Amino acid sequence: MATKIQAPRGPADDSSGLSLSKEEILRYSRHLIMPEVGMEGQLKLKQARVLLIGTGGLGAPLGLYLAAAGVGQIGLVDFDVVDFTNLQRQVLFGTSDVGRPKITAAADRLRNLNPAIRIDAIETRLSSENALELFRDYDIIVDGTDNFPTRYLVNDACILLSKPNVYGSIFRFEGQITVFGYPDGPCYRCLYPEPPPPGLVPSCAEGGVLGVLPGIVGTIQAAETLKLIIGKGQPLIGRLLLFDALGMKFRELKLRKNPDCPVCGTHPSVTKLIDYAEFCGIRGEEAPSTVTNIPEITPTELKSRLDHGDDLYILDVREPHEYQICNLHGHLIPLGELPRRVHELDSSREIVAHCRSGKRSAEAVQFLQKAGFRKIWNLKGGILAWSDEVDPTVPKY
Amino acid sequence: MAVKVIIPTPLRAYAGKQESVEVQATTVAEALSAVTTKFSELKKHLFAEDGRLRSFVNVYVNDEDIRYLEKGQTSVKAGDTISIVPSIAGGARGPAF
Repeated sequence: MATKIQAPRGPADDSSGLSLSKEEILRYSRHLIMPEVGMEGQLKLKQARVLLIGTGGLGAPLGLYLAAAGVGQIGLVDFDVVDFTNLQRQVLFGTSDVGRPKITAAADRLRNLNPAIRIDAIETRLSSENALELFRDYDIIVDGTDNFPTRYLVNDACILLSKPNVYGSIFRFEGQITVFGYPDGPCYRCLYPEPPPPGLVPSCAEGGVLGVLPGIVGTIQAAETLKLIIGKGQPLIGRLLLFDALGMKFRELKLRKNPDCPVCGTHPSVTKLIDYAEFCGIRGEEAPSTVTNIPEITPTELKSRLDHGDDLYILDVREPHEYQICNLHGHLIPLGELPRRVHELDSSREIVAHCRSGKRSAEAVQFLQKAGFRKIWNLKGGILAWSDEVDPTVPKY
Repeated sequence: MAVKVIIPTPLRAYAGKQESVEVQATTVAEALSAVTTKFSELKKHLFAEDGRLRSFVNVYVNDEDIRYLEKGQTSVKAGDTISIVPSIAGGARGPAF
């Protein structure tokens, strides 16, 4: 098969009596007066069926622009509920949507934006059991998820069904965008045969995302999706677009199809969907802590000991920018600096280490135990639990 | 030969927070070795215990993937740019823990 883009449905469908209403002609007039789209392209958009995996940061601009452009059928897959931390970047949602299922809020917003199109609100967690059945009804799959297991699942399902996969991912202020799943083009496994082991995935100290970044990356995914549908331009097949919002730079790298790829190669070994949590070395959503048997103290116990006047030394192992958000007046030594700053600590005193949720501080406790510290505890649940159990005026983040 | 090695955001914490590092090298392996000598913490993020490049990290000379050139033995010349491009999964979620 040729690598040139093919519209999901051929022009033959255009003669099946499909047309635009007077209202649609008015709504899409800025497309219609442009020869690259025109009536032919707009009818292709009207017939197109696009499935968005995830209605988060990437899904928000994707949903808005695809609906506005007149993509006739948009499926939304998500299982999450809108929370306050989403609003910094998930522009599909408003403050009054907090607490609502994302699917419901997103479908309402998109139906309001364009009542002439069909929105399929699919409130489910995508899995190896339901992916093939869900994907079958759509022409193009757009991956706007936030985790490795789902990305490999989306890739494999697209290859098994020969569906294009418009890929975008983000980290802090960097994004990657490409189009997988075309017959002569590469797939996600050609690019990255395996995911990083959980221990090497960046920790929350390095997490976060510039709010506008998913807006830019999701909008590029939307542009690629529209181009694939109308069959115009040069799609990002075999090209990895890298975007750096800090440097405000775009770079492009060549992607090649790997003939030995286990999914899309000449002799594929993966011929059905697998257990992707296992493939990615994790169970459930969160990586298991690699640290066990750490002495712990609960926030309530710590409060009562401090109130009792006990001489406890609070060690905060978060980053300085986190300390500025909220703190327990502890001594700040970021986890990464602990090895060279360990001399700042007095091993004869009782030390309670804490971070945001208790994971980094568990590593700190383990490190300090190995360094000979004996009177050291990890604050269970971190500053989040402190806010829940002891002092609700401490903000959570 | 002076070549520029671009450090991606997720790995900058292990490379003195620098966006790029200039090193003297004639092959990709020499360049990566020079970078990991300078920033030892970076090593375990780039290479597995057997010394092979990790499968979620790709390395490009200019815009070509070294897996389709001569891998670590790919030669580099003055002015070339080596990009380290790890896989990132983010879509939306904030801190996971």
